[in-house]
Amino acid sequence: MSLHEKSIAEIVAALDSKKFSCRELVSHHLDRITEANGYLNAYITVDREKALTQADAMDKARASGNAPILAGIPIAHKDIFCTKDIKTSAGSRMLDNFIAPYDATIVSKLKAAGTISLGKTNMDEFAMGSSNENSYYGPVTNPWRKDYIPGGSSGGSAAAVAARLCVAATGTDTGGSIRQPAAMCGITGIKPTYGRISRWGMIAYASSLDQAGPLTRSAEDAAILLEVMSGFDPKDSTSLNRQVPLFTQSLNNSLKGLKIGFCKEHFGKGLSSDIENAIDIAIKQFESAGASIQEIELPSSKFAIPAYYVIAPAEASANLSRYDGVRFGHRCENPVDLADMYRRSRSEGFGKEVKQRIMVGSFALSAGYYDAYYRKAQQIRRLIKNDFLAAFESVDLIIGPTTPSTAFKIGEKSDDQIEMYLQDIYTITSNLAGLPAASIPIGFSKGLPIGLQIIGNYYDEASILNLAHQYQQETNWHKMSPTAFSLEGIQPSIKP
Amino acid sequence: MSRSDWQVDIGLELHVQLLTNSKIFSGASTQFGASPNSQACAVDLGLPGVLPVVNEAVYEKAVTFGLGIGAIINKRSVFDRKNYFYPDSPKGYQITQLNYPIVEGGKIEISLKKGKTKIVNVTRAHLEEDAGKSIHDQFHGQTGIDLNRAGTPLLEIVSEPEMKSSEEAVAYAKYMHQLVTYLGVSDGEMSQGSLRCDANVSVRRLDDETLGIRTETKNLNSFRFLERAIEFEIDRQITALESGESIQQETRLYDSIRDETRPMRSKETATDYRYFPEPDLLPVEIDDEYIDIIRKQMPELTEHKSERFMVEYDLNNADAKLLASDTALADYFEEVTGISGDSKLSANWIRVELMARLNRDSISIKGSPIPATETGYLISLIKNQSISGKIAKTVFEALWQGESSAQKYIEDNNLTQVSDSKELEPLIDSILANNPKQVEQYRAGKTKLMGFFVGQIMKETKGKANPQQVNELLNQKLNL
Amino acid sequence: MIVDKDVVKDIAALALLEITPEIAEEYITSMSQILTLVEQMQSINTDGVEPMSNPLDGIQKLRLDQVTEGDQRVYFQENAPSTSEGFYLVPRVIE
Ligand SMILES: [Mg+2]
Ligand SMILES: [Zn+2]
Repeated sequence: MSLHEKSIAEIVAALDSKKFSCRELVSHHLDRITEANGYLNAYITVDREKALTQADAMDKARASGNAPILAGIPIAHKDIFCTKDIKTSAGSRMLDNFIAPYDATIVSKLKAAGTISLGKTNMDEFAMGSSNENSYYGPVTNPWRKDYIPGGSSGGSAAAVAARLCVAATGTDTGGSIRQPAAMCGITGIKPTYGRISRWGMIAYASSLDQAGPLTRSAEDAAILLEVMSGFDPKDSTSLNRQVPLFTQSLNNSLKGLKIGFCKEHFGKGLSSDIENAIDIAIKQFESAGASIQEIELPSSKFAIPAYYVIAPAEASANLSRYDGVRFGHRCENPVDLADMYRRSRSEGFGKEVKQRIMVGSFALSAGYYDAYYRKAQQIRRLIKNDFLAAFESVDLIIGPTTPSTAFKIGEKSDDQIEMYLQDIYTITSNLAGLPAASIPIGFSKGLPIGLQIIGNYYDEASILNLAHQYQQETNWHKMSPTAFSLEGIQPSIKP
Repeated sequence: MSRSDWQVDIGLELHVQLLTNSKIFSGASTQFGASPNSQACAVDLGLPGVLPVVNEAVYEKAVTFGLGIGAIINKRSVFDRKNYFYPDSPKGYQITQLNYPIVEGGKIEISLKKGKTKIVNVTRAHLEEDAGKSIHDQFHGQTGIDLNRAGTPLLEIVSEPEMKSSEEAVAYAKYMHQLVTYLGVSDGEMSQGSLRCDANVSVRRLDDETLGIRTETKNLNSFRFLERAIEFEIDRQITALESGESIQQETRLYDSIRDETRPMRSKETATDYRYFPEPDLLPVEIDDEYIDIIRKQMPELTEHKSERFMVEYDLNNADAKLLASDTALADYFEEVTGISGDSKLSANWIRVELMARLNRDSISIKGSPIPATETGYLISLIKNQSISGKIAKTVFEALWQGESSAQKYIEDNNLTQVSDSKELEPLIDSILANNPKQVEQYRAGKTKLMGFFVGQIMKETKGKANPQQVNELLNQKLNL
Repeated sequence: MIVDKDVVKDIAALALLEITPEIAEEYITSMSQILTLVEQMQSINTDGVEPMSNPLDGIQKLRLDQVTEGDQRVYFQENAPSTSEGFYLVPRVIE
């Protein structure tokens, strides 16, 4: 098996038994990036020298016997996470010249665990988008099919993992931005409970919805990374102050007696039939493993998209006020006065979608509209949470489609704003409620991956990962690799 | 223009800088006077990805203040974002408390001329962050921004519009200044911007029942400017209204050089602040236990203390108020009384002997050359009649001049009062024997001569004889 | 909700964005679309429902009053477009 098809556990074992060195592993991935990134555009910045230096350091640490647990694992960071000494752009012209003076907490944690960052991945500008077309650095290509979107906003991370340009990557999910690209690129992605992972150093889009998470090739890899990334951070007072479960320890629990719910409204209208069929097959798999399936109701969910498009833009409109060209970021040429400097710097620095959301958010918060928009949306948010709490009285997990359709063509939905927003129809509810949710690959439609969403109760990422891992023990979808980037080339097929 | 046709309504917003080591939402120092931007950390600069975390000391200070004015302490308070762009506001919003401030209600009593007092109600006090500073004249055609002050913790205290004159407004501001300093909530350094005042001023005709349209004059950083700005606004508004113009609700600045207020140009459009709950901070909840701990740690308030002095030490109102007016003075008094065992005598000595000297030489009680232990000891000697009041004054003056120990000074100068009858009797006998004529006259009814005998004895003993003892012995011997 | 030119102009002024006439037209269309979508919220009754700002209804943990950040001005100002003598510079502000 080639170097880039191994799981984290396999790599660790191979490094331990000196089958290859960290340097070999890292330079192998760097070579793949060199070969493929021109086509995929998954990375905005690659720091070859630094990665190799770190690889050497990890080889040394391994030789001296005091290597951290993930010493030498090559990963990539979404360009929304601040990284000291390497550009952090958030996919925006505004930050094209920004070098963060600090590492995001998860960047430090992953570094401390021994992982090696190969670079920073492309994304929709300030995480606003579901197709990665809203990047100042251009769209990312879906590794499974030319000219198709990889999903967004963590599209670069998803594409890089799917194309084996890194072992795993970090992402953020405000309305589905880990799960949706994971589904479209045929990989595993999990957004944990709100607060599980520190937001320090993660450039804010919508603070009460944003949550980081790993994009990986398997649930097992996700569990390993999530353990490292999670935990209370005194620098983020909204982070959870509770013990992080050992997610890797419960992966092999039996599914016997597990109660899985599904929401009828998630099926039918608007959902592609291939996706529906793939979910039916997955459900049978769960049942044969001893789980039971039942219907649940989430009546307020249909208001999730409207509520989201108030709350997220409102928070964003304030979060993006700091980009004013005074202390960092883009400043326009020769401003005639202060007002001109503000307006032109912001208008030049931000892309269209970002400006649009700032406008909508400013409107929703403006005098006379606050109650009808912002307050109302926050009330709906509670109703959505209450629906989930009621559902979790009778089930352990909720499953359904991650996306209404598989990846679409670049440019296909550019003219239809609302159609684009509906991409997140199944994922947004767990952000509004703050619940953990993952997407795992469960098949293909016309050569493009299909994702299954698994939503868990608060703090219960372990059950999600357990179900996902058990499924992946019985199926090979997660091992599928897009042919163009695999030397061995596992041919995708629709059967497990 | 005739002021007597008008009434004035003034409400004040005081921004009090809280006395903390670090900022309200970051671990940067709040020290005054550092070089520009050397105390502006990533959070204060609003760099991408940073998050605020609330400093516990700001809650302690705010609750202390709330208790100090008898206000309601809200168990749950919530931070909000107030959105506006200005180069010294790095995030493009200020974190403040809109709907759920930490302190609501409360009142203070201010003292006015001719011994009058007035109650002024406080609407609320909330926590917020300060902005940075803009320097306009140091760079050609450009403004320099120093964000050291950004994120400095502030308590904004909002009064009801109940003050009727600049005198009342200044008395209110001064009282608050004293109170926050006394409580340790703020250092009260006005020259460093620790207390800034926004004055909301409106006028209305005497028979008008509703408040007039107000203007807000911002950032008055001295009591004198506060007074001048209010006076200017009152005159300006009355003149305008009397000539048929109307008042614009607007924000104004006071120009101390021209002694006038004028509209602020940089914020001329009515700003829509688009407040919403700060999603990076969760609501703060405090319980009764927390409030109780703070209550117990608080320095006793002046009013409570003077009442206690009247009850506990049986002082009259004037003495109690005077001694309680200053923490250090009150502490001095309590220490002296504890040693002397006589509160009234102690109060009297502090007021008459000590304070007269302190005032004369412009020394604060903390700098008193005579420690409370010495004063207390001296008064205890008076109380147990070891020395006379007169000698005590001599000793006190010696202590004031630098003598360190009362006991040593009394011993060295042999000043202890003679109360022993075995010592006094022979002396009295010899004086009576040497003055037979006066003895005879006394016995014939000229009792005024008692003073003559006492004087003679005092002269013999250089004032050390216990006058009461002398009186008793003379009585025995003369009234045979 | 139909947004008109004046609304777009006012909101752009609040958000400090420059709006050329062509862009204004685009915003009128897209904002109207989004706000029409958002209007669907009005069909659900939320009377008496406590608004939810934080998904976990959490409580703030306070930080000790300690100075933990030192002077990093030089480093921070490497990102600044214009500085002098330690100050950040902007076009002259007239008060
Ligand atoms: Mg004010
Ligand atoms: Zn204020």
